[in-house]
Amino acid sequence: MSHAAPHELGVADLGRALAARELSSVEVTSHLLARFAAHERLGAALVLDGDAALAQARDADRRRAAGDAGPLVGVPIAHKDIFVTRAMPSTAGSRMLAGYRSPFDATVVARLADAGTVTLGKLNCDEFAMGSSTENSAYHPTLNPWDESRVPGGSSGGSAAAVAARLLPAATGTDTGGSIRQPASFCGISGIKPTYGVCSRYGMIAFASSLDQAGVLARSAEDCALVLGAMSGFDARDSTSAERPAQDFHAMLAATRPGASAARPLAGLRIGLPKEFFPAALAGDVEQAIRAALAELARLGAVLVDVELPRTELSIPVYYLIAPAEASSNLSRYDGVRYGHRAEHVADLGELYRASRSEGFGAEVKRRIMIGTYVLSHGYYDAYYLQAQKLRRMIADDFQACFRRCDVIAGPVAPTVAWRLGAQSDDPVANYLADIFTLPASLAGLPGMSVPVGFGAGAMPVGLQLVGNYFGEGTLLHAAHAFQRATDWHLRAPPEGRS
Amino acid sequence: MIRGFEVVIGIETHAQLSTQSKIFSGASTAFGAAANTLASPVDLALPGTLPVANRGAVERAIRFGLAVGARIAPVSIFARKNYFYPDLPKGYQISQYETPVVQGGVVEFFVGDVGHRVQLTRAHLEEDAGKSLHGFAPRDAHAVALYADWSGIDLNRAGTPLLEIVSEPDMRSSAEAVEYARALHALVVWLGICDGNMQEGSFRCDANVSVRRPGAPLGTRREIKNLNSFRFLQQAIDAEVQWQIDLIEDGGAVRQATVLFDPERGETREMRSKEDAHDYRYFPDPDLPPLAIAADWIERVRAAMPELPRHRAERFQRDLGLGAYDAAMMTQSIGVATYFEAVAAASGQPKLAANWIMGEVARRLNASGASEIALPAATLAALIGRIADRTISNSAARQLFEVLWDEGGDVDALIAARGLAQVGDSAELERIVDEVIAGNAKSVAEFRAGKDKAFNALVGQAMKASKGRADPAAVSALLKKKLG
Repeated sequence: MSHAAPHELGVADLGRALAARELSSVEVTSHLLARFAAHERLGAALVLDGDAALAQARDADRRRAAGDAGPLVGVPIAHKDIFVTRAMPSTAGSRMLAGYRSPFDATVVARLADAGTVTLGKLNCDEFAMGSSTENSAYHPTLNPWDESRVPGGSSGGSAAAVAARLLPAATGTDTGGSIRQPASFCGISGIKPTYGVCSRYGMIAFASSLDQAGVLARSAEDCALVLGAMSGFDARDSTSAERPAQDFHAMLAATRPGASAARPLAGLRIGLPKEFFPAALAGDVEQAIRAALAELARLGAVLVDVELPRTELSIPVYYLIAPAEASSNLSRYDGVRYGHRAEHVADLGELYRASRSEGFGAEVKRRIMIGTYVLSHGYYDAYYLQAQKLRRMIADDFQACFRRCDVIAGPVAPTVAWRLGAQSDDPVANYLADIFTLPASLAGLPGMSVPVGFGAGAMPVGLQLVGNYFGEGTLLHAAHAFQRATDWHLRAPPEGRS
Repeated sequence: MIRGFEVVIGIETHAQLSTQSKIFSGASTAFGAAANTLASPVDLALPGTLPVANRGAVERAIRFGLAVGARIAPVSIFARKNYFYPDLPKGYQISQYETPVVQGGVVEFFVGDVGHRVQLTRAHLEEDAGKSLHGFAPRDAHAVALYADWSGIDLNRAGTPLLEIVSEPDMRSSAEAVEYARALHALVVWLGICDGNMQEGSFRCDANVSVRRPGAPLGTRREIKNLNSFRFLQQAIDAEVQWQIDLIEDGGAVRQATVLFDPERGETREMRSKEDAHDYRYFPDPDLPPLAIAADWIERVRAAMPELPRHRAERFQRDLGLGAYDAAMMTQSIGVATYFEAVAAASGQPKLAANWIMGEVARRLNASGASEIALPAATLAALIGRIADRTISNSAARQLFEVLWDEGGDVDALIAARGLAQVGDSAELERIVDEVIAGNAKSVAEFRAGKDKAFNALVGQAMKASKGRADPAAVSALLKKKLG
């Protein structure tokens, strides 16, 4: 390992190299900062703070020297710019929060800092995490490192592109309707969104509170497990946080299933395939890669069973009523009064609100605020919001029916590989429809993962989605890890190309 | 009934709960701090902040619910009330809408000596907003140049816990409304859930007022907002009732509206009509799980509750023989009730104790503005004891009371030192009466001529000569015998 360049190492390998003192955190950090600079064209970051990162790296090296064996001590990461940070601006990809400084760190940020990670900067995303291409960032788009004419997915597109381009071993992300899984899929990396409540939302700039959940984007399931273990766990400042003991996800990777062998580590694991996840409209290249991965999982001992999620299509309207409803209220605080963008030269209070919000928010954010305001309005609430909540419960019940017959659900993350920049920017509904496979698990609050399983059209990566039952992160990570021990899709890096 | 109309009143009360910290953040609820020094990131609605419900506020709501015999909802829901205003940092207020924590209940009180009961609809938890300070000017000249008008925002009060207590429209006069509000005020203070400070806004009322011809369906109501004294509550309702009757008698129709009371002009003024009412877009707050209150939590709160005023009043009637009105008066506050019980026990004279507390004690207490009775219960009990055993007369007792209240001292020592003991000795009484007959020949003559009034004058003279120590009944009897 020691002869590999630092950027070729994932979280686990980097941790081992740092522990063995083969590398210092300062060396790794400097190297990755230089790579960020060389790959600036990708637009993965919104802000980098090299001096602060190197200071943290020196601290981490001292911790290592003092015998701290924590797996993340000295490992560089960066945060999706949805997490607030004291040391750097926090913008949520919005002009509304240009230059905004938080007086506190998000719980996830603080926990990862306590674990010894080195924070390089903040990563680009769709404005307020609304979008699936990162083109809705108010600052600049992010390019897909596999093909720079294509989007990296979104909303955690900066995180996915940075990890895929080997600028970082791991990055945080947030997932409301697929914002970790879909960019991980589009960029050929691993990403996990845990069960709603596993990671604290304190310090995550809210989009849709009942759906937002923090997670990790990294190269492998093992790397995801290490980072997720450090950032998750109960937080009294988030009333929706799950009051459960912290879990050692990394230890779960090595768990042995009854009847398992080295060749069949997944013996007896029942993988459910909802027929609605394999519709006629699914792109052939995606289906082929998914089917091949399922065959591999079966070879590893998994049992494939057919299941049904009959309300999969309904998850699109349900999500696009509930998420905007919550967003319309969550984003009311951006009024130009206390912080954030404030319009100048306005005549009165009403104009202050209208002008500040008109100037501060982008088109997609405004669209969702308007939809959300409408569906909560008197006379429409019952027909839209309440009806959507009822269907949401039914969708969650459908999953429970599936989990009586299987342990994990599998299917594609997205119906297609990454599309070209600008291809869907005039068609918000096409973007919404592409979320069909990630929305159901989000609405049910279930953990979901994207695992790279091959390449489709244009040699673009394809991701397999795994969905577990509540608090079944360990099962997902275990299955993905077994798959990755037998395959090398997760080790494929995009060509260094023109950088 | 006023001018042939029946008045219908319902009251919504905002009681600020006496928690140390805010309802959804750890910031202090202290009153009077410098602007924005008690506003935490949660109160400022900074990005990424989340509310966490204060269990102390919930517990106070439970205490209230138990005290009024309401149902405590095992699950209630926090909802967002969405509207834009600069002193509302999140752009929504967290309140309870469809499912409040306290459902139903009754408040009982007297108007004069007539008992009344008002049904409660509900009581729910919510957060207060901040305060807008109009006419504020920033120091930064560049900022001043940017905008024509400035207002300052103080968010210290934002997030202060409130219990909004909503009554049914059960009241029929401003007097009933005031006594309801007083009883509610006394109750929340008794329960220790609100400091009751009306000047600081800890207890404020909105009155929904309508009028109708007897037997007619309910009239259209107007809501008078933010009445922070009992006097204003009464004046505002009275003014509103006259205004509505004038309007109807002039052929007009009352339009649903929110109004403010101007105490200087003694009139209510429309703030906004129903047409410009907000659509608050209420929906359950996804940041707060349903508020679950398990039966054992309710039982723990019940076990820690002080004896309720109505239970104590019943006990005073049953065990101490007080009438219903006296018992209600003796349970206006925990302080009064405790004082009364101590005086009654030490003197063995509950009725006298109640009379003295409602009379002399209340008079001096009101005059001094003090909130607690400084005169030791044992001292008042000793004084009452000496009235009961006829050592001193009532008038001597009143003199002595003034001394005890102002300077303190021992009752028996003061009776001896000031020679206030009732003239029990018949020789002394006979001497006094003889002197009065001898010195008031004119009155004696008038009495003998049939003027009863003259007799009272003679009794008065004898009492005066005894410095109030004589028993008026004994004086009368002796005078009658000697003049008869």
